Amino acid sequence: MGQKLLLDTVHIENIQTYEGYAKQGGYQAIAKVLKSMSPEEVLEEVKKSGLRGRGGAGFPTGMKWSFIAKPEGVPRYLLCNADESEPGTFKDRYLMEKNPHLLIEGMIVSSFALGCHTSYIYIRGEFMWILHILEKAIAEAYAKGWLGKNIKGSGYDLDLYVSPGAGAYICGEETALIESLEGKRGNPRIKPPFPAIKGLWQSPTVVNNVETLASVVPIINRGGEEYAKIGIGRSTGTKLISACGNVNKPGVYEIELGISVEEFLYSDEYCGGIKGGKRLKACVPGGSSVPILPHYLVTKTAAGEQRLMSYESLSDGGFATGSMLGSGGFIVFDEDQCVVRNTWNFTRFYHHESCGQCSPCREGTGWMEKVLHRIENGHGHMHDLDLLWDVQRKIEGNTICPLGDAAAWPVAAALRHFREEFEWHIKEPIKCLKGNYGLVNEPALAV
Amino acid sequence: MGEIKEFKPEILKEIDRIIKQFPEGNQKSAILRVLHLAQNEFGNWLSADTMDYVARLLHLNPIEVYEVATFYSMYNVKAVGKVVIEVCRTGPCCLVGAENIIRHLENSLEIKPGQTTADGLFTLKTVECLGACGYGPMFQIGETYYENLTEEKVDGILNTFRTAQN
Repeated sequence: MGQKLLLDTVHIENIQTYEGYAKQGGYQAIAKVLKSMSPEEVLEEVKKSGLRGRGGAGFPTGMKWSFIAKPEGVPRYLLCNADESEPGTFKDRYLMEKNPHLLIEGMIVSSFALGCHTSYIYIRGEFMWILHILEKAIAEAYAKGWLGKNIKGSGYDLDLYVSPGAGAYICGEETALIESLEGKRGNPRIKPPFPAIKGLWQSPTVVNNVETLASVVPIINRGGEEYAKIGIGRSTGTKLISACGNVNKPGVYEIELGISVEEFLYSDEYCGGIKGGKRLKACVPGGSSVPILPHYLVTKTAAGEQRLMSYESLSDGGFATGSMLGSGGFIVFDEDQCVVRNTWNFTRFYHHESCGQCSPCREGTGWMEKVLHRIENGHGHMHDLDLLWDVQRKIEGNTICPLGDAAAWPVAAALRHFREEFEWHIKEPIKCLKGNYGLVNEPALAV
Repeated sequence: MGEIKEFKPEILKEIDRIIKQFPEGNQKSAILRVLHLAQNEFGNWLSADTMDYVARLLHLNPIEVYEVATFYSMYNVKAVGKVVIEVCRTGPCCLVGAENIIRHLENSLEIKPGQTTADGLFTLKTVECLGACGYGPMFQIGETYYENLTEEKVDGILNTFRTAQN
């Protein structure tokens, strides 16, 4: 059984309360920081830990923090991105619901390291009940002197607030999040300037995911070097994975990075295998935006090596034969699922969520949705497949924010690996309405 | 001009608390949360009158409120029923039967997504991923998530609201 650093105490009944959390060693990291560490030393520990952003991009957190501008007399802001909306992902929600004080402590430590005196948690509006949980926990932290003026006599001041969104996937993109927190439509900003220079109200700002900020607590408690010993290579520490789709045990699991995909998918400690004893057809391992993998590339790489749950191994083979760890939204498809239908569904999602600023994304996602709907419903043409490929290629890289790429990649990967299933829909319009194609064959190795 | 709207004193106090979370002059940042409160208070939707009232409260131009209200999918800018059922239609929920649940809701309520029942009790909305992928199929009513839904569970939930209505 792997180590748990974030979910080790979630089974304890009153862990949601200050007393429960403090009893399990809570608020020791911030106590240690305020007593004996400088902001630079905290940053150094985070750099040593190798922690990478847990929201999906995997950018080194310490490096991101080191970019923040420090002009005299200008406030800096730390924003927690709790706008968890990537299909397949429900880990931050679980962490905040079960262990709100861990996030709060992580935010106090991180705010101290960045020199912020006001920080916000931006949470998706649908999670309003979690906003209430967080506000209750924040009130407890104020009452116990861990927030407010002159925290525990250290001279350090910090205010922490929670602010809701109102239903917009795009607000998980950091500049859209900032716009939304300023009370505007969630239209991403053109970068540069990056938030680290000009973010919230034109002040230097760092935006980090919930799990990233929570992970700062065990990093301080153990030391960055100890944290970095967990995991494999540049994938250090633990990661929350939310498993869903056709598995026996959907749910949120904390894994040590580097366990095999096979263990995660089939062992009883995690997913417990495919539901109903069916065969695996495909897997989207890191949230809806990352490339789908056909069954023969899930547990093994194209080179025949064991595939691991790590940033590097999941992307082994590039987009040709690999995918990404992404947000950790692990979506499993059994043999009875239809890849065309799912691709249409995901494309409808991106069309709905496109903010509409950039033509390639606004128009392209709509085109893809319509073409995929036509194919799925038995009205497709062979040239539609070339059209789809062309549209996704023209979205990728041509938009202000990564939503365009996120919409293009699932379509490209589905066409790449499941072309015969798309062609079957077009050639067999009656059959495709009644049944599913089943598993695709593994292509013969090129000689 | 429609009816004159006014929040209850305790809500005005709450709004004051929210505005103070932002540096002076940035009360615009409170807009999303205040619109949630307004929607809860004034019939589950944001009429032009409601939006104008929010604009006056926050010292904003009405257009600043309209453009936010029309961007975010949680805000209803048309009248809806007393109970708004927001059912997830995104991929992971569909892998575990969301489409059957949506069909069952359509049949039980005799409406399509986007419509309200004749008695004004239920509005059915299909929405994108609500972050409950491991617990699908699911829908949200108000602040509550109803997860791992079956047709029987759905019937029970609908009946609870029907009974409460009578």
